[in-house]
This record gives sequence, C-alpha cells and structure tokens, in this order.
Amino acid sequence: MTLGASVGLKMGKATRDAFGEALRALGVDHPDLFVVDGDVGNSTRTEWFAKDFPDRFYNVGIAESNLVSVASGIAATGKTVVAASFAAFLMCNAYDQIRMSVAFPHLNVKLVGSHAGISIGEDGPSQMGIEDVALACALPGMTVIVPSDEHQTRAAVRALMGHEGPAYLRVGRPAVPQIYDEHVSFEIGKAITLREGSDITLIADGIMVAAALEAAEQLAKDNIDARVLDMPTVKPIDIEALTAAARETGAIVVAEEHLHHGGLGSVVAMELARIQPCRMRFVDLKDTFATSGTAELLLEHYGLTGQDIVTAARELVGS
Amino acid sequence: MGDQQSTRAQQPARFDVARLTDLARTLRRDVLEMTTEAGSGHPSSSFSIVEVMSVLYFGGVLQYDPQNPHWPERDRFILSKGHAAPILYAVLAEAGYFPKSELMTLRKYGSPLEGHPNMRRLAGVEASTGSLGQGLSIGLGQALAARSAKRLYNVFVVTGDGELEEGQVWEAAMAAANLKAGNLIAIVDNNRFQQTAAVSHLTDTSLYPEKWRAFGWKTVEINGHDLNEVNQALAEATEYTEGPFAIIAHTIKGKGLHFMETDYTWHGRAVPKDQLAAALEEIG
Repeated sequence: MTLGASVGLKMGKATRDAFGEALRALGVDHPDLFVVDGDVGNSTRTEWFAKDFPDRFYNVGIAESNLVSVASGIAATGKTVVAASFAAFLMCNAYDQIRMSVAFPHLNVKLVGSHAGISIGEDGPSQMGIEDVALACALPGMTVIVPSDEHQTRAAVRALMGHEGPAYLRVGRPAVPQIYDEHVSFEIGKAITLREGSDITLIADGIMVAAALEAAEQLAKDNIDARVLDMPTVKPIDIEALTAAARETGAIVVAEEHLHHGGLGSVVAMELARIQPCRMRFVDLKDTFATSGTAELLLEHYGLTGQDIVTAARELVGS
Repeated sequence: MGDQQSTRAQQPARFDVARLTDLARTLRRDVLEMTTEAGSGHPSSSFSIVEVMSVLYFGGVLQYDPQNPHWPERDRFILSKGHAAPILYAVLAEAGYFPKSELMTLRKYGSPLEGHPNMRRLAGVEASTGSLGQGLSIGLGQALAARSAKRLYNVFVVTGDGELEEGQVWEAAMAAANLKAGNLIAIVDNNRFQQTAAVSHLTDTSLYPEKWRAFGWKTVEINGHDLNEVNQALAEATEYTEGPFAIIAHTIKGKGLHFMETDYTWHGRAVPKDQLAAALEEIG
C-alpha cells in the first residue's frame, strides 16, 4: 500500500503483528494472562504467546462459540483472557456467547478480532469483519478499541491488561503506516489530536487515520485548515474531544473501514446530536459487502481513501 | 482433596438416603411455593433434577463454603439449563448462601433471584445462564483454569436433554475430550420433554449415550431419581480423571406431581395458587 506515503509516513507492521508481539511480551509479567484461539493462531499471531506460555494457551479448534464461552469460564476464575479469531468469525459466529458469557457477567475477556475491514483484500468478503464494531458497541459495558498503527496497538494491548471488564480490540491483516513511534502511550477513551485545525475536523480510526492525515495535507493546499483526531476508542468515546471539535470547527468528517451503520460515525453523530450538533459527512463502507482484490484497489473502489475524505470535507466547507 | 489449608467453614454432609429423601421433598416444596408466588417459572424442569442436586450439594460430593463463596478451590456447579433456576435457588438457600425467606422474591423487581441465574447478583451462581448451550463450554474453561493453577477442583455442569440440540454443546464436548479435561463432569437431565414436544420427536435421545462416548467421554446412564444411583455415578465421575465424564440421568419432567409428569405444557408454567395446597400435599 502507498497509504500515508504522500505525507511521509513510513510503512510499519500490521496491527495484528503488533498485537501478537505485545501479547507475548506481556505474558512474562502477567502470570494470570490466558489466551484462547480457534485454530487461527498463525493468523491472529497468538501463536507467539503460545510458544512461550503453552500452559496458558488453548487452541480449542474451529469452534468460535465454544472459544468464547471457554474464555468466559477461565475469566470467571479471576484470570484475564484474550480470546482471538478473525473479527468476522469471532463477532458474528459467537455473538450470543459474547453477549451471555462475556458481556452480561462483565468478565475480563479481551476479544481480539483480526483481519478486520476490507483491506484483508484477496480472501474476499466472507473473511472481512465489516460489522464487528457495531456488534461490539451494541453490548452493554463493552469497551471497543480500533488502533491505527503498530505502536498504538502495542500500547492499547498493554492498556487492556489494566482494564476491568470486557473489551473488543480490532486489528488488521496488512502492514500499515506508522502514525506514532514506540514511545506512544495509550489511554482508553482518549482521542489523540494529530493535527490542529479550525475549519473542519477529520475523525478517524484504524487505517483511515493515515488517510485522514493525507486528506488534511491536501485540504491545506486549498487553505482549509483541518484538525485530525485519531479516535481509537470507539466506546466509551471521548466526548470532550468531540464537543471541542464540533464547537471549534463546526464541521466533521468521520472516516472508518467499517459499515456505515453502527460504527464510529454512528457513535460520533449520536453523541453530537445530543451535545453539540454540527454538519457531518461519513466516509465508510456503504450498505454493501465488498469483494476480492488488492487492499489498495478495494479501498479505492469502496471510497475509503484520503481523496474521499477530501471530497466529503469540501462538501462541508466549500473550496 | 488436600484442603486442610482452606478457610472452608463447613464440611458438606455425608450421603444419607433417609435425610436426602426428606430434603428432596423440602426442595420440591420450596420450588413449588416460590414459582406459584412468582406466578411463572419452570417448576417441572426443576423437579427432574431434585435428586441430582440433593446428592451434589448435600450428599458430600460438591466442596463448597457458603460463608466463603469465592473460595478459590471450591468445586464449581453450573446450571446450563438456566430455566431450572428455582431448584438452584432452593438448593443455595438450603445450603446457607442466603436466607430461605428470600426464595419468595423469585422473579420480582429488585430480587437477585432473577428468572435465570445471574452470577453477578447471587453468590453461589458460577455462571450466568439462560441462553441454552453455553454452560458446558464455560465449565470447560473453569476446568482448564483449575488445571493451569494446579488446583484440584471439579466442575459439574447440568444440561437439559433438549439443550443437546444446541451445536455448541458438541463443540464443548469435542474440545473437552481433546483437552482431556478430567475434572469436568456433565450431567444430562434426560427428562424427555422440551418446550413444545417430547425431545424424542425432534432428536433420537436413545443415541445420546453413544454420542457422548463417541465424543470421547466416559459415560454412564442412571435413574436420576434414585439417590443411590446418583451418588454412585457422581463418585465414579469424581474418581475418573483421565478425561471428561458424562452422566446421563434418566428423569421425569415434573417428577413428584402426577399432572406435570404426563403433560409437557407445564414447561414454563407455575402451579396456580388455587391448586397449590393440593400439589404440596401430593409432594408430602
């Protein structure tokens, strides 16, 4: 991918790789950390943890429902459990288990869905988690995190170790640009202002953060001063940052690699409708499944590029 | 189990048929009174497992401490067929987890005795159940955690026979055998009826023993209302540690009340107030 290249971002690792590395590192100092996977450990990268801590890793086989409830049972004994699979299979196949075995008893299960979004590319729509954030947000007490690069992912995984209750972490398959360096910290529920601006705010999560930075640079050429907010915690959302953005810039574009309904855009719109209504546009996957192809072509075809953010922004602030 | 170090305040009673027979009667009366007071609930699904629950909790099988409900080495009991909550509540009250007077708050606003068990609201409830099919997986997780912690507790899961139609049960059954969960014991309440039909109308229950064996479980069949058979099967199950153990308990839904025993439409119904006295008399 050339994503982020126009603003000088260096290509980094995939967020799933960063997740796997962080998990393995955390195993050393967290003897109560357990990991359960559904036979995709070489894809989710939990196999790295498994190699070092075989007594605290269970591959329960290709059975996501069982996977989630087993994680619940382990968590009920006071452990922190990471339950990992592809976002599509974890959230969709095991949704009732997540609801009843994890969310309802508010257990310390950290669900990790990999291969999220359409940027997994060639494997096609059956493998793409495009509704996972909406599903996760719909459950009471569920924290939902969509990190934008490898460094933020590592910091988010570390933050989740000190977090009480259920959480969903979304990670992706392809290598993505580095937004941060290795010293970045992560506070659950806090947005990060990547660029100050007063004419419009671009709010994004996941790989769309790099696209938003590209868009801001392009808008600057037209003298449109765009603020860029990385919003890695979709739930609970950073109300303060949202309110300030709406009040100070009066226009917002939300960009995410997720279905239009129920994702970051929905959360932002819902909160601001209550607190500080402003004009908005949404750059996301419209009401459709995607198809096979390279990540880059798919992102372009489905309107998930920096250019799409620029177009949406111009609708709000003119040119 | 080497539990000398534990803070457990009381030793569960030893197996005693006469005492357990009396107790089973008391528990049936409790279930009947609380569901009639609530005006809803599942007394018939509760009645089929009264003897199993009596032996587990009051026959010296389950190691637990109501004064210290989170004692880490306690045995775990999971009622996967969560709609039989009334019998679980009656048992927990009898064991001393909460006063028996609270049983009459079943299903009422503000009461921790919700329609289905909620582990966050009631000590002694080890899993929040009510969506059928999940309890065995949760039990497997608790069993695996015991192994990793080198703790030697057992996990008992009661499932319904109709519940075995849920695919997740067989995911758990396969995984438990693969992972050699020797401290996991499933008790299938084979009470023959589900909500709208005899289970046998939908599923060939005669194949259940073969199915559990084929999934790698050591399996026995018993009369689930015979206290001695229940006791013997549970003793065998706890002694067997090479893998998971299934007890298929042949039972009668509504056991104890003739009109329930023959009519599955009692599945989700309480006995009306005007029939309560006669029903209590039949139980004795």
